[in-house]
Amino acid sequence: MAAVSGLVRRPLQQVSGLLKRRFHRTAPAALQVTVRDAINQGMDEELERDEKVFLLGEEVAQYDGAYKVSRGLWKKYGDKRIIDTPISEMGFAGIAVGAAMAGLRPICEFMTFNFSMQAIDQVINSAAKTYYMSGGLQPVPIVFRGPNGASAGVAAQHSQCFAAWYGHCPGLKVVSPWSSEDAKGLIKSAIRDNNPVVVLENELMYGVPFEFPAEAQSKDFLIPIGKAKIERQGTHITVVSHSRPVGHCLEAATVLSKEGIECEVINMRTIRPMDIETIEASVVKTNHLITVEGGWPQFGVGAEICARIMEGPAFNFLDAPAVRVTGADVPMPYAKILEDNSVPQVKDIIFAIKKTLNI
Amino acid sequence: MSFKASRVLVASRNFANDATFEIKVRSGLRLEEGPPVTTVLTREDGLKYYRMMQTVHRMELKADQLYKQKIIRGFCHLCDGQEACCVGLEAGINPTDHLITAYRAHGFTFTRGLSVREILAELTGRKGGCAKGKGGSMHMYAKNFYGGNGIVGAQVLALACKYNGKDEVCLTLYGDGAANQGQIFEAYNMAALWKLPCIFICENNRYGMGTSVERAAASTDYYKRGDFIPGLRVDGMDILCVREATRFAAAYCRSGKGPILMELQTYRYHGHSMSDPGVSYRTREEIQEVRSKSDPIMLLKDRMVNNNLASVEELKEIDVEVRKEIEDAAQFATADPEPPLEELGYHIYSSDPPFEVRGANQWIKFKSVS
Repeated sequence: MAAVSGLVRRPLQQVSGLLKRRFHRTAPAALQVTVRDAINQGMDEELERDEKVFLLGEEVAQYDGAYKVSRGLWKKYGDKRIIDTPISEMGFAGIAVGAAMAGLRPICEFMTFNFSMQAIDQVINSAAKTYYMSGGLQPVPIVFRGPNGASAGVAAQHSQCFAAWYGHCPGLKVVSPWSSEDAKGLIKSAIRDNNPVVVLENELMYGVPFEFPAEAQSKDFLIPIGKAKIERQGTHITVVSHSRPVGHCLEAATVLSKEGIECEVINMRTIRPMDIETIEASVVKTNHLITVEGGWPQFGVGAEICARIMEGPAFNFLDAPAVRVTGADVPMPYAKILEDNSVPQVKDIIFAIKKTLNI
Repeated sequence: MSFKASRVLVASRNFANDATFEIKVRSGLRLEEGPPVTTVLTREDGLKYYRMMQTVHRMELKADQLYKQKIIRGFCHLCDGQEACCVGLEAGINPTDHLITAYRAHGFTFTRGLSVREILAELTGRKGGCAKGKGGSMHMYAKNFYGGNGIVGAQVLALACKYNGKDEVCLTLYGDGAANQGQIFEAYNMAALWKLPCIFICENNRYGMGTSVERAAASTDYYKRGDFIPGLRVDGMDILCVREATRFAAAYCRSGKGPILMELQTYRYHGHSMSDPGVSYRTREEIQEVRSKSDPIMLLKDRMVNNNLASVEELKEIDVEVRKEIEDAAQFATADPEPPLEELGYHIYSSDPPFEVRGANQWIKFKSVS
């Protein structure tokens, strides 16, 4: 993948001035990059840029990654920088946090975030809280990354969303990319950040290609942590989401547009620190709000957004109560019909939007 | 020769009632004496083990087929090659003993008493599945069989065994990969401290997903990893070895001496799961060699035939019957309907009055019944 983008990069740099002016038109050679390759590129570039960066986790090296996200990296960087660990999450997370404390910049992969529960003490107590507890003496520049949330048919123990769990904790930064651009820009920012950052990827998004804008092909392309993106402008209702459901929101918006309802779809990109200002500004404009997430409803991301809207200036602009669309409040079932109804579908989003707009 | 006559011929053929075999436990730790060096296999037991191993084997192959047809979804971890482990362990314990393992569990689900129908229907996510379609491959349960667990570690039931005082033992299984989980060592410590009747069993199939044992463990002598817990290393491809070692271990635990550790050296033919071709970290030659020299079903068959415990034809008949049983089960598993949507919220809590469960938005509600 790096080879392909290298080939395209050179001619594009020559016309980059032209492209910047024609930002909203498609580039002459529209580059399609999957989320998987975007993360791979991001890690590759950061490994190349700073030799203190290294990757550890189960099957990341010789197997090329359980989901092939780290494909080719071990071949390129070798045993010292790309490390296969035994099945010992608490152990290797602890080793990674220690390495970060001693000045290295580890990327600690959990094969899925479900397994991070084995190591959650290291993430929260050893990584997140340390800079605070030390009175500003000891930073922990570590990245925890891996697939989060529901996949397809992997049942209860392998389908949980941890956005609310990690988003709850001061001292952590938590990002949740949707598109390839998000994935590359956020992983690079996460690696360069001197704080512990949790990167919640999504297995079902790994193979999805997105158009990669010119600036995303640069080795210094970063997406700031803590800033949401308005994926689609609209006037009737604000639809806030993160990760894979952003795509469902855009689908719902397309369907509703035919009925004359224009949705403003916001891709949060970061869970913590949350960009509530972008959401507030949008609600002031549209007067209606729904939140969409894959995780469970209680104490979730949507619940936090609703609470903050009530506390801030946007509350007075709401014409209807804010509404949450979430995963069903059950452990993820295996049977297809049950699983399909345990995650937010486009029809559920459309229903919630219409209810909010009283249509 | 008429059909009737040939049947009479088979019936009147004299098979031996039993035969004695040498078995060798490969290594032991902290044990003054180990399991016996010979064992008697009766014809009846031999036929039973053969049928059970063949059933597990064919069931796994059927699961492979159904997965490729996308009728089974998600994760599917197959245990063909490891048939002697589940059948041999079951032969060494009582149905009232307890067993828990990780996700490579279809074989154990069968040996612990569930039917192939219920297992395949669970794999296909239908209401006739043993968990009503809600668990899938990794989450199957039966009486005294506690799954089927996706997150590897050691859940030990032995405290309850000791507490209840009914002479029951607990078998706690984990693989060579999970053997490096810290919580197992915590369980070892407490089991030894409190003399819990627990048989820790490491099913060592040489690879933890794509990582060979040498790349994951500082010590690959898994039977010694319990340190102060006595350990046995056993040929997991030889069902009689597994059975004898299990009998020995169970007797040890039942006598109140505390926990014991058994390492079963075995092999899986399939990759880690159906998403893993299984040949990027090992060679096809290696797989072929194990298949041709150490296949557990072949080993049992050869022993029985060479010692006049059964005939080749008789075993072939069992093969045919097993194949039919699997086919019928697969038919059921493909035709059975999915669980009803109304039951999505069921079984969240046990022994509680019904309550309402929220769906994807506040207007979608499901009833939850215990």
